[in-house]
Amino acid sequence: MATNEIDAVTGTPTTGHEWDGIKELNTPLPRWWLWTFYACIVWSVAYWIVYPAWPLVSSYTTGLFGYSSRANVAADIAALQALRGAKSIALGKTELVDIEKDPALLAFARAQGRAAFGDNCAPCHGSGAAGSKGYPNLNDDDWLWGGTLDAVYQTIQYGARSGHAKARENQMPAFGKDGTLKKDEIVQVASYVRSLSGLTVPQGVNLEAGKKLFADNCAVCHGDDAKGNQELGAPNLTDRIWLYGGDQDSVIDTIANARSGVMPAWTDRLDPVTIKALAVYVHTLGGGR
Amino acid sequence: MSVMAKHAILEKNSILLLIGILLVISIGGLVEIAPLFYLKSTIEKVDGMRPYTPLELAGRTVYVREGCYVCHSQQVRPLRDEVERYGHYSLAAESMYDHPFQWGSKRTGPDLSRVGGKYSDEWHVAHLSNPRSVVPQSVMPGYAFLARTDLDPKALAGHMETLRLVGVPYTDEQIKNAAKDIKAQATPDDAGIAELQQRYAKSTARDWDGNPSRITEMDALVAYLQMMGTLVDLKLYNEKANLR
Repeated sequence: MATNEIDAVTGTPTTGHEWDGIKELNTPLPRWWLWTFYACIVWSVAYWIVYPAWPLVSSYTTGLFGYSSRANVAADIAALQALRGAKSIALGKTELVDIEKDPALLAFARAQGRAAFGDNCAPCHGSGAAGSKGYPNLNDDDWLWGGTLDAVYQTIQYGARSGHAKARENQMPAFGKDGTLKKDEIVQVASYVRSLSGLTVPQGVNLEAGKKLFADNCAVCHGDDAKGNQELGAPNLTDRIWLYGGDQDSVIDTIANARSGVMPAWTDRLDPVTIKALAVYVHTLGGGR
Repeated sequence: MSVMAKHAILEKNSILLLIGILLVISIGGLVEIAPLFYLKSTIEKVDGMRPYTPLELAGRTVYVREGCYVCHSQQVRPLRDEVERYGHYSLAAESMYDHPFQWGSKRTGPDLSRVGGKYSDEWHVAHLSNPRSVVPQSVMPGYAFLARTDLDPKALAGHMETLRLVGVPYTDEQIKNAAKDIKAQATPDDAGIAELQQRYAKSTARDWDGNPSRITEMDALVAYLQMMGTLVDLKLYNEKANLR
């Protein structure tokens, strides 16, 4: 190959092409670029050796140090457990009632419970556990299924109407939809129930009739005094705390169509220590019995 | 002519360059892609996976149509914080019937691959209709219209046939009964539930959106969300034997 002409101005060889007297410089790639390119090639060879890279007939090269993202995450989680360490083990072993007697363990359980609550419980019960319509407030001392540590623990484990065999289970009849009560009867019961909490009721409603209807239809679960029954998950109707709203329309809606909120079972989703921590956390929010 | 200068032959002959490019890409493809089809470690099998029921599939279509994947991933990566929060890291086989898959790491909202059973149906309906009603700090848009939009079951059989073409093992019987199975899965106490569960293991039937009089896109989407991550029992998964 003949040596191409050197351009007089730049001192760079030309490509040898010529178009109507115009020649093209054959400027070499910048050295820094070229060396970076070569370094990348060397890097890739090193990568093949150090990390899992080449597929073989029935397996693959595992690399010098046997890197494995799955082994890494297992090690990370083991390290996390080691960090939580003795307290986590103690939390798993200690009986629920004894956890709150040990201030250090209680602080640990509350911290872990708080973290788990934020991800798992807060979407329904709110980040401050204050609840909302249909989702109970966990800060107060009004409990549907009991506010003792064991009751809370049981509810978290198996949920309510969750489909789990041990779930909290009840079903309020839909007095309007099923035709058990007539429209004006429902208004009477609703007004009577609201009057128990000292709320003003529409004028001209026969509260005595409402009281009788209550005794016949509602008292069996909610009690003669309407103070509820935690064995059955029947709420107290005299405490001015309303899960589904306490205005006349909401109460009528509740009686006519019934309510059956669902809480998932957590026993298969969270590990036992976390559930224990959650029970302690919820129990110590303020309303635990 | 030096060896380096021989490159000029390829540079000056476009057909030769084309052949050279094809050759290099084919080798790269063979080495990188072909082993994925035979290496044991890449075709890990798990128990419990089944194709989506027609209702779940319809829900998945709504999920993709509404662009849920733009903010939500369906892939728990093997990282400590993700495993702590979302549960066991995802296995490839868990998305074996997903066309297209919904993996990703872009999370404006949380990962959803294990969301099934985490919340109640009522919560999902409330949250989809108006996310701020249950999660005040949420930035998710509302999808209240799903509860007002009747599900169109006509396209389902065709969708299932198409998926069969790309390898989802739907049987003729499953395709033929698509409309029936949709009704069975969205209607409490429907006569077809036993048949549905025979065709699709671990499928549950109920009125998902709280409106028993209609089968809506909300029914489908909630049914899909509530089954996500529930098929494979990861307690039976042997992690030690599958390190990589």
